Amino acid sequence: MKLNELTAHEILQGFQAKTITPDSVYQCLQETIQNKDKKIHAYAHSADPAITPKAMDGKYPIPIAIKDNICIKDYLTTCSSRILEGFRPPYDATVITKLKDSGSIILGHANMDEFAFGSSTESSYYGVTRNPWNLDCVPGGSSGGSAAAVAAHEAIWALGSDTGGSIRQPASFCGVVGLKPTYGRVSRYGLIAFASSLDQIGPITKDVEDCALLLNLIAGHDEKDSTSANLPVPDFTRALTKDVKNIKIGIPKEYFIDGMDAEVKDSVLAAIEHLKGHGAQFIDISLPHTEYAVATYYILATAEASSNLARYDGVQYGLRCQPQQQRRTPIIDMYEETRDQGFGAEAKRRIMLGTYALSSGYYDAYYLKAQKVRTLIKKDFDEAFRSCDAIITPTAPTTAFKIGEKTSDPLSMYLSDIYTISVNLAGIPALSIPCGFSKNGLPIGLQIMGKPFDEEMLFRIAHTYEQGTEWHKRKVVL
Amino acid sequence: MKTYETVIGLEVHLQLDTRTKIFCGCVTHFGKDANSQTCPVCLGLPGSLPVLNQKVLEYGMKIGLALNCAINTFVKFDRKNYYYPDLPKAYQISQYDFPIAKKGSLTITTGEQTKKIGITRAHMEEDAGKLIHSPEIKCSLVDYNRTGIPLVEIVSEPDMRSSQEAYDYLTSLKLLMEYLDVSDCDMEKGSLRCDANVSIREAGNQEFGTKTELKNLNSFKAVKAAIDYEVARQIKMVEAGERIVQETRLWNDEKQMTFSMRSKEEAHDYRYFPEPDLVPFTITENDIEKVRKTLPEFPLEKLDRFIRQYQLSDYDANVLVQDKQLAKFFEDCVMQWNAPKKICNWITSVLKQELNKRKINISEMRLTSGYFVGLIKNVEEGVVSNLVGKEILTIMLDTGRTCMSIIEEKGLRQVSDDNALGAIIDTVLVENASIVEQIKGGKESAIGFLVGQAMKKTQGKANPKKIGELIKGRFQNG
Repeated sequence: MKLNELTAHEILQGFQAKTITPDSVYQCLQETIQNKDKKIHAYAHSADPAITPKAMDGKYPIPIAIKDNICIKDYLTTCSSRILEGFRPPYDATVITKLKDSGSIILGHANMDEFAFGSSTESSYYGVTRNPWNLDCVPGGSSGGSAAAVAAHEAIWALGSDTGGSIRQPASFCGVVGLKPTYGRVSRYGLIAFASSLDQIGPITKDVEDCALLLNLIAGHDEKDSTSANLPVPDFTRALTKDVKNIKIGIPKEYFIDGMDAEVKDSVLAAIEHLKGHGAQFIDISLPHTEYAVATYYILATAEASSNLARYDGVQYGLRCQPQQQRRTPIIDMYEETRDQGFGAEAKRRIMLGTYALSSGYYDAYYLKAQKVRTLIKKDFDEAFRSCDAIITPTAPTTAFKIGEKTSDPLSMYLSDIYTISVNLAGIPALSIPCGFSKNGLPIGLQIMGKPFDEEMLFRIAHTYEQGTEWHKRKVVL
Repeated sequence: MKTYETVIGLEVHLQLDTRTKIFCGCVTHFGKDANSQTCPVCLGLPGSLPVLNQKVLEYGMKIGLALNCAINTFVKFDRKNYYYPDLPKAYQISQYDFPIAKKGSLTITTGEQTKKIGITRAHMEEDAGKLIHSPEIKCSLVDYNRTGIPLVEIVSEPDMRSSQEAYDYLTSLKLLMEYLDVSDCDMEKGSLRCDANVSIREAGNQEFGTKTELKNLNSFKAVKAAIDYEVARQIKMVEAGERIVQETRLWNDEKQMTFSMRSKEEAHDYRYFPEPDLVPFTITENDIEKVRKTLPEFPLEKLDRFIRQYQLSDYDANVLVQDKQLAKFFEDCVMQWNAPKKICNWITSVLKQELNKRKINISEMRLTSGYFVGLIKNVEEGVVSNLVGKEILTIMLDTGRTCMSIIEEKGLRQVSDDNALGAIIDTVLVENASIVEQIKGGKESAIGFLVGQAMKKTQGKANPKKIGELIKGRFQNG
């Protein structure tokens, strides 16, 4: 097997046994990226040479891809938007500091939907990313570059961010493992905000063990992030047991509905049967406010986004444009021209939606109402977790769709996050793991949701399932 | 002609002199090189997050308690969204529906009258940067050093009925804040800023008239003058049957007039919503009590006590209390020598004059309370004359030396010895024979002239009382 196809834990074993060296792994990945990324376009700024590993003598010299919305000091960080053209942060995100301290080798910034607005990685200013399993299909999004890089073996593992499913849905589409940790588990300092109350950084990996390992490296309280939880962080690899006996898993009836792809449904049901075989108990549960999740999310997320994205005004950094002819005042002209040129269509749409939801006269009907529904959705989960330890659903209603298929229909694009969005509203952790392939050879993902700060339960169930199945061993052939 | 009543409410922004900014660790020194006191957080760089400086909360509570306000135990921040180049995030983190303090009052003194002015609220927020308009390069520059300096905005009820009351409100508020030691309240440096809401109504009318908001008020004097101008303008308009327009008007100090901003952007919708990057939290009654215990004696309490305890006149006590440091210096002196009236006289007449001459305040002088008491005692005990005492004070202020060492070095000890003085008087009588004749002829008032001549001969060292007695004795005997 080629070095770039190994998992991180296999590579670490190799280092220990001195059968491989960090440099050989890194070289192999560099070659793969050079040869393959023209096809996949997993990386947003592959031409930017700023990152070269200084030393490879750290504890975890594993090559990693980082989503383009996580700040890396002196390295182009653009959220795949034109408006951040040329922006090189003067500081590292906390997760990057942690990775650098652990000896990680950063390969570059992975492509994404502009400002994480999307589910297909088609809205990047720097071009579309393709699904390694089928180049005509999208890799999912918004962390599509990160998921595609891992699936195409252009990175050993990757970091993504998840606001409404942006780690789990691309993980599902690309046949890899993706985890959205509990809100507050990982510091958001240096993650360029989309919706601050929903965003969370998380790992995208080839298997569950790697996922636990990578979470170990990035989790923990950060005094620079007031929303990060001041709780002890367990060693997540200790949860990698193959024991789910008598664990109670809920199946929410609201998630198994019309519109779900039959192959997806069959695979998820088969996974449930598999876990039953290991002694897990399944119960039917209800999350009654599920049908309001998408609407609630698109009010709250866009409201926060409209404010978070207001700072891109051309004054301090990034793109600055001035119209040829003066329209109003020079400064207002500059704001308007910069933002008109700098943002893509979806970003503009969400800024307008969010601005509207916060406007005086509409605030109560939209933003405030949505906050109340969010509380109800949270309560649904609190209630459900009184009778179960975890919840299982599909990650996405379909497998990867065709490039261009949904770009002209934003609403159908929004609905591809229908199973993942509630998790962000509730702040709970959820993991997506491969659970099969469609007839067309596209991966299908299983979503496991857990109680707040109980990522260990997710690893336990996912590891048990993974070790009993072969899906994670299937490799992309390019 | 009708009579009109003036209605005034004031909004005061106070910069707190905490060591660091409100949401980051940058220091708050005034007047440093442009943009030298900034970091990713106060620059609002993508991905940066605010963390509340606990000192700001403490100061906010202090101010609230000193203004007799109720303290909100639910501490929450909100975003106020608007575009301006000095606002790097395009929103200001402020407090909207849960200000730290609300419903209080401030007692002001206008002439002999005292009056309670209602305080609507006081809330914490961050300051914006400063624009520097450069005609040479035809553009504006931004200095972000001020960005993130903590502010408390104190909003009064529309309880003031004259520009003098507004002036007295500001004076009382400033003094109270100086006593709390939360701000240096320097309008020139912009650490205290004031906007005035002014309207008029026919006397006896209960309804408020349409108000205008006056800005660009750079001194207390300007506040008074702008209100006077604005009231006259509004009366003139009403008398002419015109309607007052609700608007913001800028004070022009040179022309002594207010001008409409005539801005089309005025109808701001700030789209306030809860700041998702700062988690709301609650403080306990115990926390509030802890802060209450740190409150100093307030100016009005001190005034009463000085009058009672030291039997000072209202006027003298007020002079001392108007300057917290002066009041402290006074009490330090009294502790060492229980002669409050004498000490007060020396402070309010001689010392204050000397400090004014030097343009320094009491905390900047080199004179300690112990040395100062030493000087007054030397004068009282007749070691030096009053006149010489004043001279010695100037030397003490310049050098920081003790009174005694100056007396010894310069030989300033008062001469009271009969023999030494007798010889001097002999000479004076001979040199001023014509005066002597006048006195003998009954013009006793001319004795004063001879005393003056004798003092001159001793360079002021003679005891003037003694000289007077001795000269009188000569005439009685002769």
